[in-house]
Amino acid sequence: MSKQPHVVHADPVTPLSVLSLDGDVVNPDFLPALSDEQLKEIMYRMVFTRAWDDRAVNLGRQGRLGFYAPVSGQEASMVGSEYALNKDDYVCPGYRDIPQLVWHGLPLYQAFLYSRGHQHGGQVPADVNVLMPQIIIGAQVLHATGIAMAFKKRGEKRVAITYTGDGGSSEGDFYEALNFAGAFKLPVIFAVQNNGYAITTPFKKQTGAQSIAHKAVAAGIQGVQVDGMDVLAVIKAVSDAAERARNGEGATLIEILTYRFRPHSMSDDATKYRTKDEEAEWALKDPLIRFGKYLEKKGLWTEEDTDRVKEEAKATVNEHIKKAEATEKMTVPGLIDSMFETTPAYLEEQKADFQ
Amino acid sequence: MAQMNMLEAIRDAMRVELKRDPNVLIFGEDVGKVGGVFRVTEGLQEEFGEERVFDTPLAESAIAGLAVGMGTQGFRPIAEIQFVGFIYEALDQMFVQAARMRYRSGGRYNAPIVFRTPFGGGVKAAELHTDSLEGLALQTPGMKVIVPSNPYDAKGLMISAIRDNDPVFFMEHLNLYRKFKAEVPEGEYTIEIGKANVVREGSDVTIIAYGMMVHTAVAAAEELEKSGIKAEVIDLRTLLPLDIDTIVESIKKTNRAIVVQEAQKTSGVAAEVIAQINEKAILHLEAPVLRVAGPDTVYPFALIEDTWLPTPARVAAAVHKVLEF
Ligand SMILES: Cc1ncc(C[n+]2csc(CCOP(=O)(O)OP(=O)(O)O)c2C)c(N)n1
Repeated sequence: MSKQPHVVHADPVTPLSVLSLDGDVVNPDFLPALSDEQLKEIMYRMVFTRAWDDRAVNLGRQGRLGFYAPVSGQEASMVGSEYALNKDDYVCPGYRDIPQLVWHGLPLYQAFLYSRGHQHGGQVPADVNVLMPQIIIGAQVLHATGIAMAFKKRGEKRVAITYTGDGGSSEGDFYEALNFAGAFKLPVIFAVQNNGYAITTPFKKQTGAQSIAHKAVAAGIQGVQVDGMDVLAVIKAVSDAAERARNGEGATLIEILTYRFRPHSMSDDATKYRTKDEEAEWALKDPLIRFGKYLEKKGLWTEEDTDRVKEEAKATVNEHIKKAEATEKMTVPGLIDSMFETTPAYLEEQKADFQ
Repeated sequence: MAQMNMLEAIRDAMRVELKRDPNVLIFGEDVGKVGGVFRVTEGLQEEFGEERVFDTPLAESAIAGLAVGMGTQGFRPIAEIQFVGFIYEALDQMFVQAARMRYRSGGRYNAPIVFRTPFGGGVKAAELHTDSLEGLALQTPGMKVIVPSNPYDAKGLMISAIRDNDPVFFMEHLNLYRKFKAEVPEGEYTIEIGKANVVREGSDVTIIAYGMMVHTAVAAAEELEKSGIKAEVIDLRTLLPLDIDTIVESIKKTNRAIVVQEAQKTSGVAAEVIAQINEKAILHLEAPVLRVAGPDTVYPFALIEDTWLPTPARVAAAVHKVLEF
């Protein structure tokens, strides 16, 4: 039957990918132009992030970290998308997006402090262009539109990227942000890391839409779907979106298909809602193995390199967790003083109760 | 000096600040060409251009969230929420995101935003257009709350609010927009946020009010004067920070007080004022401090709002009660 012209149709989308599971280039047209040094740096960051995640989970079990949302499986999405940006681009993260913050310049010990609930964790250094992690799902998506509008108004060729999950893409703020970005043609990238689950709710119960990328259509922005276990594909998608944004062509929604190997947070049990088969299937797509194979074939990476980076990551994490633990404790008067630029008299009085 | 009503005074304040600081922006629903549904921003887009004064799509959370993002980058947004009942749509962005920005980031970011909204009853508006939601805001650490009662204060307070580096919830009573004109200086002047104003001196009882209720209180005081009762009337002007010192000074003189608010009675501004009076001035009191407020119902349809809202007669009755305690 032919399509009825008065009915809106959205064709199915195929995710952008560059590498096969064996690390062979299957889509040379989409291969980002990267030097050998850059390729090695990307692998370094992914291996580092995996090792740090392993360590963080242990630190969490020992009670040395607070709230922590594991990231392993999502390294290509997190490391790749950040790698595609410039240092003066802005990152507006959700609670899981700590790697992007750190690779964008947030000192690791501050990420640990954030996890432990220490205010200094959110005290981003002045030359690091990130917001602190957001707990309210979707709120940061709107902040990215505001930051992007600031860039646009000042004529700066900068981009704001924001991250949320498949669950986050159901929030009202998400739609409002997409619509604002479309209406004002803002230089913003909406990266939705679709890792299949919002806590325990599977994607098929999250939306009736055939993909999250399709949601761009209604907002009048570009929608893209990318294989999020393929770091080169992620880099390609984000670089293209950033270039469009810098050229004044507006916003892009990128649905990044990925998987978190661990549970949602340290306190839930993934066996209740996931099958072993599903986990095994995704394990085959492990971004580290896939990209590792690509690099090995090019003679750029060996297993020894992986081991070396893991050791380095462990040492770095240890050093930073110690620094976090040695950071001066927060005080209630200190908190009170951070409510307003100048502490009003009634709060000065409340401080006295804690001194 | 010029004669202005409150709406013109607020507009004048925004004009002064748009001129002075290129980072000041105005946005919201319909604020551009027509100047908003009450014409508060009328003419500003024409004068300052669409880059500075612009319409947004219809989405309150996005208006507030856009302001938060821009605030982190050094802009000073004046974000209009068209009617007070719609701030619920924006509450996360106002009360969580803006109000916590400085705290969460340990001072790295702030949210120098003015959230403007018309509120207040007695104008026969549609449902959810006139409620008094300031009490909600008072439960939000990190946000200042201002409710002016006259054109002079409105301009000076608005300029202070725009220059403040923390978020301010600026609530404009609908019934006061065009109620009367008053002398308002040209150019810039500020009124300190957190300072109340004794609008009428008296020695027998203190009536504490804000917004439209200042006028109700003054009307009551004038009535009471006829029977020889001298009521002092305090206009709070700022609800947070609250100027408890001015209140205590007055109570030391009068030893009696009532608090008048248009909002529903329970857990609101009046309750807070009375709690602070208990903490700071209980030994100066000769009678309990009473509240005159709306009853704890949904804000009613226009047909009965005049009997629902506190009237000078109800205020006077409360005064008699504390005097005869
Ligand atoms: C507004 C809001 N509602 C609910 C929550 C509780 N919550 C935390 S994470 C989460 C699921 C998020 O899923 P998704 O966006 O897919 O992100 P993922 O963790 O899978 O990366 C929920 C419901 C929250 N933090 N904020």
